[in-house]
Amino acid sequence: MNTTPRRESLIAGAIALVLLVIMPSLNAWAPQDSLFYVSNFTINVWGKYLAYGILAISVDLLWGFTGLLSLGQALFFSLGGYMIGMHLMLMIGKLGQYKSDLPDFLVFLGHTYLPAFWAPFSSFLFAALMIFLLPMLLAKVFGYLAFRSRIKGVYFSILTQALTYGASLMFFRNDMLMGGNNGFTDFKFLLGNDVRSAATQRSLYIVTGIALLAVYFGCRWLTRTKFGLVQRAIRDSETRVLFSGYSAANYKLFVFVVAAGIAALGGALYVPQVGIINPSEMTPDKSLEAVVWVAVGGRGTLFGPVLGAVVINALKSWATRAIPDMWLILLGSMFLFVVLFLPEGLISIPARIRAFRDRRKKVSPATASAPVPNAPVS
Amino acid sequence: MTQKPFLLSAEGVNKSFDGFKAIRDLNFYLETGELRTVIGPNGAGKTTFLDLITGRTQPDTGKIDFEGVHDLGSMSEHEIYRLGIGRKFQTPTVYTDHTVTENLLLSLAGNRGVFASLFFRINSTQQDKIDEILRTINLSTQRDRKAGTLAHGQKQWLEIGMLLAQDAKLLLVDEPAAGMTDEETARTGDLLLSLAGRHTIVVIEHDMVFVRQISQGRKVTVLHQGSVLCEGPVDAVQSDPKVIEVYLGRKHAR
Repeated sequence: MNTTPRRESLIAGAIALVLLVIMPSLNAWAPQDSLFYVSNFTINVWGKYLAYGILAISVDLLWGFTGLLSLGQALFFSLGGYMIGMHLMLMIGKLGQYKSDLPDFLVFLGHTYLPAFWAPFSSFLFAALMIFLLPMLLAKVFGYLAFRSRIKGVYFSILTQALTYGASLMFFRNDMLMGGNNGFTDFKFLLGNDVRSAATQRSLYIVTGIALLAVYFGCRWLTRTKFGLVQRAIRDSETRVLFSGYSAANYKLFVFVVAAGIAALGGALYVPQVGIINPSEMTPDKSLEAVVWVAVGGRGTLFGPVLGAVVINALKSWATRAIPDMWLILLGSMFLFVVLFLPEGLISIPARIRAFRDRRKKVSPATASAPVPNAPVS
Repeated sequence: MTQKPFLLSAEGVNKSFDGFKAIRDLNFYLETGELRTVIGPNGAGKTTFLDLITGRTQPDTGKIDFEGVHDLGSMSEHEIYRLGIGRKFQTPTVYTDHTVTENLLLSLAGNRGVFASLFFRINSTQQDKIDEILRTINLSTQRDRKAGTLAHGQKQWLEIGMLLAQDAKLLLVDEPAAGMTDEETARTGDLLLSLAGRHTIVVIEHDMVFVRQISQGRKVTVLHQGSVLCEGPVDAVQSDPKVIEVYLGRKHAR
């Protein structure tokens, strides 16, 4: 927020160059034994982080910019994932365990034909459309009911959490015909390419990066229009907004639906890269995690959430292997630390350092009572 | 019938909260172009009355008409706002994280729809209007400051400016002088007087010095226990024995 828009664009551009051009190039062309080689694993992991970054922006668009703390954003993320998952399941063809045209779990449940609502998902275009349509429709219906009834603050948060919890319970059931607790996995082909090949994974990674960039710039535009002014006004003083003649409910509904679409896009890019989607992605703790990324990165900015998503998930990748029992404690302490000492998130660190330096310059060294600079780092 | 059309009329309005009658059988008539001051002791129902006009609460019985055709009792806040009724709250409620200019921009008359807001670009007429309002409320030099950093009095003026930006036909101003220094109070009075005639204004106020300054022989309405006790020029009102008993007397006795 303290960096000028120009500088922000420049930094975003530089990061995009590294992530979108340099990393994939090194993965594709650098020799495997060279120092510069980027492994398939790294590409895959970063693809996941970037998809999480998209989810984080959707959380922040609601929470940081509109004051709507949604604790159910992972639901829309998962639904997007399920929509592409349905297409991927049908693309397996006869290569499944049961050598049937039907997805394995349907054969296992004793089905002999494809349920009608599955049929159109053999078309990629239909699936691509549904990735946005279904989650946004759900957001529209839920948002309409919630905002019309003027459900606000913590009540809104609780309801969104209940929504995602309810959905996860539904998807856990086998008779939902969405794979039950195992969900969808064992994907084979995407648009005729082997999903698990290095080249496909690299392409998916690049597409995710481009999508993240588009979402970033799209939201940047949105938050700088008059819509953005109203959005922040709703966050700061909703009553006043009503008395300024704006229907806050319509504005909130719009941003809720847009955020659902963004989260769904993230989920749809996530699933082919991790190769699985199941109802545990919808449980409330997943949405809470996304809120923590945003808080740690810096809410009310667009770059902060992405930073938070990448940093925390990188840390998670490491910690769940190195100190698995400590991971949740570590996550909790990070959240507390940020809330207590760094309320504007990691993104505010450069500005804080600058402010600290300026203050030190002003205070003469003799009277300075600045904190000990060489304090041990624990 | 040669009855003058009232801009705002309230007839037989009642409103109670959990059995407490905040407004009882209230009748109130306001003509276009008036600058009306409403006074009354705490709990007289002044703020509730504004809540009823602006749609924050609905009357239990009775009718509140705007321009003789709009029944305010059945409309929501933003609909009433769009009729041209603007309200300044008791405590300043400006958008603290927005600049002074952005505050006025948000209040400018115009389409309030979601899609209009996405493709909104300010035109030169609107820019001129903002500049003019900034001069009127004396905040031209503060235009790019965040409203949250303004002094208390400046916030109050900004909020009045926001009512001007929306082209309100009726300005409801709730205790504009509360918490102000004497100098700020006097300037607020001047500001309201400069708007009188061009706008219809209802001012709710406690401060009798301020009431004297802005009423200047105009009609003052005294509310007591949710209904109108008496109406008239400030001198007549202040010497009315009923008023002295319920309001001024009580205040003096304290």
